[in-house]
Amino acid sequence: MDITVNGRFLSVAADPETPLLYVLRNDAGCKGVRFGCGTGHCGTCMVIIDGKAVQSCDVPVSAVAGKSIQTVEGIGTLEQPHPLQRAFVEEQAAQCGYCITGIIMSAKALLDANKNPSDDDLKEALSKNLCRCGTHQRIVRAIKRAAVEMRKL
Amino acid sequence: MAENTARRKLPGSLETNRKLSQWLDINADGTVNMRPGKIEIGQGILTALRQIVAEELDVNLNRVKVVTAVTAMSPNEGVTSGSRSIEESGSAFRYAAAEARELLLARAGAKLGATLEQLSVSDGVVCARGGASVTYWELTDASLLDREATGEARPKPPAQHKIVGTAAPRVDIPRKVAGLPVYVQDHEPSGMLHGRVSRPPSYSAELIGVKLDDVRAMPGVVAVVRDGRFLGVVAEREEQAIRAARRLAREAKWSEKPTLPEMNPRYLLDWPEKTEVISEKKGAAASAGREFSGEYTRQFLAHASIAPSCATAQYDDGKYTVWTHSQGIYPLRGELAPALQVPPEDIVVRHVEGAGCYGQNAADDVALDAALLARAAPGRAVRVQWMREDEFAWEPYSSAMVVKTRATLSDDGRISAWHLDVWSHGHSSRPGRADDGTNLLAALHLEKPLKRAPAANPPLPGGGSHRNAIPIYEFPNQRVTNHLVPDPPLRVSSLRGLGSQTNVFAIESFMDELAVAADVDPIEFRLRHLVDSRARAVVEKVATMANWKPKQQLAGNLGRGIGFARYKNLAGYMAIIAEVELAETLRVLRVWSAVDVGQTINPDGLINQMEGGIIQAVSFVLREEVKYDRERVTVRGWDDYPILSFAEVPQVVVGLINRPELPAVGAGEGQQGPVAAAVGNALFNASGVRLRDMPFTRERLLAAMAA
Ligand code: FES
Ligand code: FES
Repeated sequence: MDITVNGRFLSVAADPETPLLYVLRNDAGCKGVRFGCGTGHCGTCMVIIDGKAVQSCDVPVSAVAGKSIQTVEGIGTLEQPHPLQRAFVEEQAAQCGYCITGIIMSAKALLDANKNPSDDDLKEALSKNLCRCGTHQRIVRAIKRAAVEMRKL
Repeated sequence: MAENTARRKLPGSLETNRKLSQWLDINADGTVNMRPGKIEIGQGILTALRQIVAEELDVNLNRVKVVTAVTAMSPNEGVTSGSRSIEESGSAFRYAAAEARELLLARAGAKLGATLEQLSVSDGVVCARGGASVTYWELTDASLLDREATGEARPKPPAQHKIVGTAAPRVDIPRKVAGLPVYVQDHEPSGMLHGRVSRPPSYSAELIGVKLDDVRAMPGVVAVVRDGRFLGVVAEREEQAIRAARRLAREAKWSEKPTLPEMNPRYLLDWPEKTEVISEKKGAAASAGREFSGEYTRQFLAHASIAPSCATAQYDDGKYTVWTHSQGIYPLRGELAPALQVPPEDIVVRHVEGAGCYGQNAADDVALDAALLARAAPGRAVRVQWMREDEFAWEPYSSAMVVKTRATLSDDGRISAWHLDVWSHGHSSRPGRADDGTNLLAALHLEKPLKRAPAANPPLPGGGSHRNAIPIYEFPNQRVTNHLVPDPPLRVSSLRGLGSQTNVFAIESFMDELAVAADVDPIEFRLRHLVDSRARAVVEKVATMANWKPKQQLAGNLGRGIGFARYKNLAGYMAIIAEVELAETLRVLRVWSAVDVGQTINPDGLINQMEGGIIQAVSFVLREEVKYDRERVTVRGWDDYPILSFAEVPQVVVGLINRPELPAVGAGEGQQGPVAAAVGNALFNASGVRLRDMPFTRERLLAAMAA
């Protein structure tokens, strides 16, 4: 099966019904896509497919053949972070940080579609993400900071 | 020097790990290695420890590199828990680094022909008054720190601090937000296999039979393991391991018995217990007054880490390497050894960071699972990831609790007598805590099971179930009794704050009830019974922050309440005011907090921890309870154990009282009780409804409002 991850073609030898999450982590090497529940309840595995935030544990790999998948590794790097990643560092918006990459992907899908989201838009966009450490307040601040930066681009 | 001089007492963990080179290396390449035995669990501890080392050595923060904990190399600092890291590891590093600096200065003085008074240091460059200079990196060699600490070096006085006390950005965050493989879940030695365990359906389930052949024949399956009630698989690919484990679960036939009590903490009152009076004061005979009493409970709570526990292990020639997010690598090794039937020296335990755990979750359990499955596939690493349902059904919970209070309120509006009784199971089952036996899950399920260790309480003054059971208020007559129920029906271990959440909830709810009875504002009523000036300061500060007005009634369905405690009665002071709204549901809108944890090492890190602790504590009190029927824990996923969502979190404001002259204590815990009480008191203020059973679910609210 052929998929495209962060612009790279990848041929995988997985069963068609394998959740995309495991293919991304183990075949594509994208460990920033994290396992949290495997049942679509926590958002740690969030990726962007055709512009929409999708929980990759909830999609069989066969359903994304031919589509373009973006993971957190595809939006920026340690050396050249995406404005969202930079904003999370600036706001120190992490405790354990395990939830953060999924949240960044939800936020990116939102900001790509809506440059000026309201607080309610933000809450709606994050309704599929959980954070157990209680970092919510800083996370929201970081996303707002990134929105300002991205409007300047 | 004579070898027989008495061993002197050294600060913090230096006492048990006495060599300077165990803690620090000064490297010729211009860097400093530090080796904490404590680990990062999202609390920013490594950043705070780095600040201390950089401060005492007078080097820039970015020169200091952290070497993560591994048995055989790192200092044995036991377990990272109870917010003691800053006290134990922090003072060890402070004194070790101060001594290293003195040793370097002595060498520099000799080299430059200057006295110590003529030397100054800036980022590792030592300058003599005349202008000659030499760097640490030129002065260092292997012998420099190869000696026992004297504990005599004098750390800097707080007034000279330039790095400690500033908001240093955390070192781990850039890598985490970039999605780099930093967690144990991401660790992948080459050729790694994937393991999964098929747990019994309930604690008491007996395995009647299981067919393994069909599972062995499944695609990718490398090994199927059965040892007593322990069933597991190893496969080439992760999804293959998951599928095989599910199949194995279907193939296994179990018989179950109804061994669990009813899902009401009051079962504790009827079970066998050990009773101990932990505080007794008999002052002046109680004056005339009115008697009041209360009964407060909470259900079992789950850690519910966002990431189910995970470990990787490899077995080669009878020896094991285990990569784990355990909070105590040495204690874990000590319990893995008997379960694997090898001496501890044959096991290397390496710490790799995990997600936030807030106490002891299944990190230790999965380490044994991984080692057992690795034994079935020698020479290749095996990664075992617990599934969400494994974590919810099998992690060690925080014990259910019942607290009863009784007090006499004298006619002058003071409490003249106070009684408090706590019923609970023990609050720690961590590896290494018991003299005998273990609580590692698989060890109890093997064909030849090890003995189960009892859940115990850390001793007072910190305490476990009795943590914060003794009120900090001054009452002339007082009796506090701990009823420890030794045999828990569910697995239990430590969760943030241990028993303090329920004890403080009870004390602070009851104080509010008594304030109402005395017709006094609850803040004034507290101050009336509070002598400790630091305690009074946080209560007064939070009142100012929230613009608290005595006996204020807010408009609409809003209400405000206060909760306060000094964590463990010896650590940080925290006062909380919550504002709630009672509409369709009970919502917490805003929380103000004032905190005094002595010297502040990293203010932003402290605020981050406070915010997190507060939001999680709101989730505990509003929502959280582990559901079970007479046979099984019935929580399997987030639907069964909902936590606060982005739409529901309150706005949190944190105010710090910095006391640079006082030792730093941790701030990772201690919010739980004050927050729970503040929410309960705010609900009463909003509606006249008093809830004494946690969590404050909709059903409970409706029932209380109807009554
Ligand atoms: S792992 Fe996909 S939603 Fe939780
Ligand atoms: S920062 Fe730990 S779960 Fe969000």
